[in-house]
Amino acid sequence: MNEMTGDSYVTEDGRTIGGVVMEMKNITLRFGGVVAIKDISFDIRQGEIRAIIGPNGAGKSSMLNVISGFYKPQEGEVWYLGEKRPPMKPYQVARQGIARTFQNIALFEGMSVLDNVMTGRIRHMEAGLLAQAAWKGKAEAEEVANREAVEKIIDFLEIQHIRKTPVGRLPYGLKKRVELARALAAEPSILLLDEPMAGMNVEEKEDMSRFVLDVNDEFGTTIALIEHDMGVVMDLSDRVVVMDYGKKIGDGTPDEVRTNQDVIDAYLGVAHD
Amino acid sequence: MFYREAGDFKTSYTEDSQTFPIKFDRYGYYVTLAVAFLVIPFIINDYWVNAVFMPFLIYSIAAIGLNILVGYCGQVSLGTGGFMAVGAYACYKLMTGFPDVSIAIHILLAGGITAAVGVLFGLPSLRIKGFYLAVATLAAQFFLVWLFNRVPWFYNYSASGQISAPERTLFGITVTGAETTAWAAYMFCLVFLVASAWIARNLTRGMAGRKWMAIRDMDIAAEIIGVNPLRAKLSAFAVSSFFIGIAGALFFAVYLGAVEVGEVFGINKSFLVLFMVIIGGLGSIFGSFAGAAFLVLLPVFLKNVLVGGLGWPTDLAAHLELVIVGGLIITFLVAEPHGLAQLWRVAKEKLRLWPFPH
Repeated sequence: MNEMTGDSYVTEDGRTIGGVVMEMKNITLRFGGVVAIKDISFDIRQGEIRAIIGPNGAGKSSMLNVISGFYKPQEGEVWYLGEKRPPMKPYQVARQGIARTFQNIALFEGMSVLDNVMTGRIRHMEAGLLAQAAWKGKAEAEEVANREAVEKIIDFLEIQHIRKTPVGRLPYGLKKRVELARALAAEPSILLLDEPMAGMNVEEKEDMSRFVLDVNDEFGTTIALIEHDMGVVMDLSDRVVVMDYGKKIGDGTPDEVRTNQDVIDAYLGVAHD
Repeated sequence: MFYREAGDFKTSYTEDSQTFPIKFDRYGYYVTLAVAFLVIPFIINDYWVNAVFMPFLIYSIAAIGLNILVGYCGQVSLGTGGFMAVGAYACYKLMTGFPDVSIAIHILLAGGITAAVGVLFGLPSLRIKGFYLAVATLAAQFFLVWLFNRVPWFYNYSASGQISAPERTLFGITVTGAETTAWAAYMFCLVFLVASAWIARNLTRGMAGRKWMAIRDMDIAAEIIGVNPLRAKLSAFAVSSFFIGIAGALFFAVYLGAVEVGEVFGINKSFLVLFMVIIGGLGSIFGSFAGAAFLVLLPVFLKNVLVGGLGWPTDLAAHLELVIVGGLIITFLVAEPHGLAQLWRVAKEKLRLWPFPH
């Protein structure tokens, strides 16, 4: 990591969080007349779990899409690893090491689990078309080396038994896990999770939470997640950004956010007395 | 009983990702290759080569090519006939322009030229999808046929407007022209087919294939995990057109010998190859073979049964043949929309459990 700014801090559970990996500076995003994100700034630090919460339509997913290069903000700057990021296509952002999952699963249904996870390794594979056509030299070596890396992740997320199954045949909960596997396979420096627990029952949520924590713990992956389940957010995350109507109304540790009057008013509800 | 993975352990990832993971399949493949190379050349005659084997081999190459584009990358193309024509005319110009160079090299170069043309006509795929892309490739089809009809340079200013293949030899054996023996033409095409299938299989089981399939299944997600859509789509167009160009060159130089572009490489050819791919199975190399075999063999078989077996008049049989082939295509697609390859896959899954289904 080159030139990261900011001081490190230690979390309640004793993990040391490093410097700033990504910083959003005064981001404004408009769709025609609609302002989806208005002048928002926040940072994501090395090794932390950063949550973005807010009511429906607050602009959380838009924010994730700005980070992953899918939307271009009209104003503001994205700083990544201490450098200002020039305008980029989504696939270039992905190759820089930003991986993500989607709110509505976006797996490749016609491909096996293994192939899906292997696609996550794109940024680690560079054999040319000719080498691949002959399946010799670099192409074969890469294929084996990356398969090994992928198998580790498959083991880690406990999806060994469905490796060769076409994704289209899997139930929802497993698909979510495969999608996480695909994002992890990239060995990202930031992992973006868009509602990883959406539509899951309590048990599946517990599993997923465990995986998120394990990923952070085991690989030291920096995670930014959007989630609606407040219990999950408060338990998992180190720091929380709260958005409402495209504006940032709170930023801090879960405890700070919980007691922030703006957040209580806007998001958790005002006490009627 | 014999069709089992049990006891067939894989100890490396290379073994696990091979084309035929089941021993029985692997041996079947070796046997097929051995028969194709060592037995058939010695027993075939002109009828079999011209009616069955040559069309099957050449259409298989074209179907593999189109399957990469349509089946693996999800880009519908109706320009196959036009691209085959590019291969044929490129081969003709090379053969007449550089008579001293080996015909095998000419055919490969013809594939390369077709790949370049394919990339050019693939550019619209970056903006348009589905039916609209099909229409754009249809434009390529009509434009290319028109071009080869109207610009005399392409047919070397011959009076008839046709192109005809001069005699060429490979390792001292005649492979094009009137003197070609049945087995030589067969072997020549077979080598190209086996090489094409092998390359196509390697590409589709590796990263290139994964990128294509990712684009096919969900292009936005593909882009967000790092697939460059421009390169993935254009590489599919290039590889696909390369094979189709080779098929076109072989069709002209080895199979027909003389070609009138509108007749041979018209829109009908595009549809025929597309049907092969759909009936055989999209996204399957085996399906390309199966589809080509189905549409080449079925008419020959029906003709032999109706005319030879039942003694019907030829014209009646010819019409009925169309009706029956059409009917069978519909039946197949209703019964198994994913084509013959899927039928084969299901059969194999059943076989693996047979005779104890639990």
